[in-house]
Amino acid sequence: MSKLNLDPVRIDNSRNAAKQIAEDVQEFIDKHTTTSTERAVARLLGIDGVDEISKPLPNVLIDNIKDGGGLEQGAAYWIGNGVVQRGDTPQEIAEKISRGELDITRISTGSEEKIQDTIYELAQETVDKIKQNRDKREELIQTLGEGKKPYIYVIVATGNIYEDIVQAQAAARQGADVIAVIRTTGQSLLDYVPYGPTTEGFGGTYATQENFKLMRRALDEVGEEVGRYIRLCNYCSGLCMPEIAAMGALERLDMMLNDALYGILFRDINMQRTLIDQYFSRVINGYAGIIINTGEDNYLTTDDAVEAAHTVLASQFINEQFALKAGIPEEQMGLGHAFEMDPSLENGFLYELAQAQMAREIFPNAPLKYMPPTKYMTGNIFMGHIQDALFNMVAIMTGQGIQLLGMLTEAIHTPHLHDRYLAIENAQYIFNNARNLGDEISFKEDGIIQNRAQEVLEKAEELLKEIANIGLFQTIEQGKFGGVKRSRTGGKGLEGVAKKGSAYFNPFIQLMVGGDR
Amino acid sequence: MSQVAKVDLTRVKPYGDTLNDGMVQTSFTLPIPYGDEAKEAARLLAKKMGLEEPSVVYSKDLGIDYTYFIVYGKCIHTVDYTKIEVPKVDIEIMSKEEVEQYIKDNIKRNVVIVGACTGTDAHTVGIDAIMNMKGYAGHFGLERYEGIDAYNLGSQVPNEELVAKAIELEADAILVSQVVTQKDVHIPNLTELVELLEAEGIRDDIIIVCGGPRISHELAKELGYDAGFGPGTFAEDVATFIVMEMVKRRLV
Repeated sequence: MSKLNLDPVRIDNSRNAAKQIAEDVQEFIDKHTTTSTERAVARLLGIDGVDEISKPLPNVLIDNIKDGGGLEQGAAYWIGNGVVQRGDTPQEIAEKISRGELDITRISTGSEEKIQDTIYELAQETVDKIKQNRDKREELIQTLGEGKKPYIYVIVATGNIYEDIVQAQAAARQGADVIAVIRTTGQSLLDYVPYGPTTEGFGGTYATQENFKLMRRALDEVGEEVGRYIRLCNYCSGLCMPEIAAMGALERLDMMLNDALYGILFRDINMQRTLIDQYFSRVINGYAGIIINTGEDNYLTTDDAVEAAHTVLASQFINEQFALKAGIPEEQMGLGHAFEMDPSLENGFLYELAQAQMAREIFPNAPLKYMPPTKYMTGNIFMGHIQDALFNMVAIMTGQGIQLLGMLTEAIHTPHLHDRYLAIENAQYIFNNARNLGDEISFKEDGIIQNRAQEVLEKAEELLKEIANIGLFQTIEQGKFGGVKRSRTGGKGLEGVAKKGSAYFNPFIQLMVGGDR
Repeated sequence: MSQVAKVDLTRVKPYGDTLNDGMVQTSFTLPIPYGDEAKEAARLLAKKMGLEEPSVVYSKDLGIDYTYFIVYGKCIHTVDYTKIEVPKVDIEIMSKEEVEQYIKDNIKRNVVIVGACTGTDAHTVGIDAIMNMKGYAGHFGLERYEGIDAYNLGSQVPNEELVAKAIELEADAILVSQVVTQKDVHIPNLTELVELLEAEGIRDDIIIVCGGPRISHELAKELGYDAGFGPGTFAEDVATFIVMEMVKRRLV
């Protein structure tokens, strides 16, 4: 039942427009691949490690394919051919290329059928492994239990994975349900994923498969101790979206920041590249049971939270449709939004409440990801702690799914150990003290809150219809999201986009979207 | 009538509820397990910080054998306020309209300003607040100023690219925003820009300004910038400095 008296016709219209937008783009996506998509395929076929100059073998392999003019046929085809012709494993093939002993596009090619059979067999093994990770997660949640929603989500960001572990375990003992290891600044623009455990980062820690593994083990350990499954989150964005997804699926991550448009708008990554990349990354996340977190909160750091509220809703609709295309169920869609209005605004709390309740009602099964105030945090830690308290209040009143806790020291430094404790205490106090407040209240008909939500929905519907008319690419070119303009051929990473050839196949899309979930 | 003690500006100390009581509140974590010994350790540490009669009013087990404390104490130290000198951008800030008029009267052409978040920094909230049309907290950004051509290049712009753009646009001023300052990553990055401009031989023809939450005017001057702006800066502060500096240095 709607507390906001939202017009279901407007919701349907918005959803249909978003569906059309996603379908138009999906047509483009289905005809293309990227270097990072193919590197993810290579990783899922078992290729890992680095060469003598620390270049990751998936890069070595895909560069060799690309230089040989074979990117159009995809990694699966070339690896499969290598396995069939040479009897080597995919890893051996990559190692031989790295030593200059093999040029993968130069060896004679066998029958496509044989190549596909060989690859599907290998791919199935990986897919089974990911399925086991999924089952393991479910089993742990069954036996250990989990925190109540909103899940308490905190960030660690020391730059050193071993130090991160200390902080993450402390946070779990204090009550955190989700630990996100923030990435080092600049990783999103690396066109490769670094290798091994890392101890040096700026404002965050490199996302590497080994770091994922170390943190996973640490959280399982502390989860046993505190009697709660502790979820691990990382960042599936930037130039290596599908690869990070592959690594996360293999190491049983539980959440990934994974937005369809974020890289385009906020990291100036080429829009074709990002849209193709987001698809395969989401296919993997969907199959692995990973909850994606979308990045609508970012629009409000560059744009005004009151005026741009409808762009957040419009983007949530679009992210939902792209996610459905990739086989992600609603229960894994952590659609994003944020508490970012100017605290000096009269009745600002009411508008925030309207926005959060509206998202709840429009996406009833999604574990909404709610982001804390950042833009108007000043260094006045006492005021900041209250801003965070109001944010927590809105969350519990509107049934948010994932609460990224605000830190009183936001705008000063990455959280200190006790900042995190104070934030968790703040959230736990409010969540517990007002647990069922939302069930007890209804909003005044035609009041400020209802009217605000209806107005935002109406504007979102209008915007979505407009985007459906002109297409998503053009919409971004015109700067309708976050006030940021990007051109179709501008930004980073376009050179990694290729049109699919006649022999192209990606076994994982088939097995993960079509297969037994 | 009660006698209120007079402040001795040569010997200033913190004020709680009585002049010169020295009251300070502080909080910190020690890597030791929660308990009476931990509290005593916090108290002793506070004494070493120069806090007399330290009182540990709250302590909390943080879960990994670390303990958090909130401590009050009376600071024994004083400072001489009369001897303090802080370098700052010492100009009378004009309003947007006054800046626009100043440009018309004194510069008589459009002022070109290029800005960016440079290096690995992806946090554009500062540069956006200064440059973008909308500005921040009701203060319009430079894009909206008549007589100013503002180019916001966005995030993670390499210094080389920023310099190339400044040359291409014949910029009068460059604004650099640095929000990420963990492990002092901003220092070499800011220095590099100055070196590049010097190498190009255009350092003296251009006004360079940096800003960010951890940037002070003093730091900026040390690094070879013309000015530095910290938190609480609006577009008009930066605009006033640039146009007046242009006139002062005869760069019009």
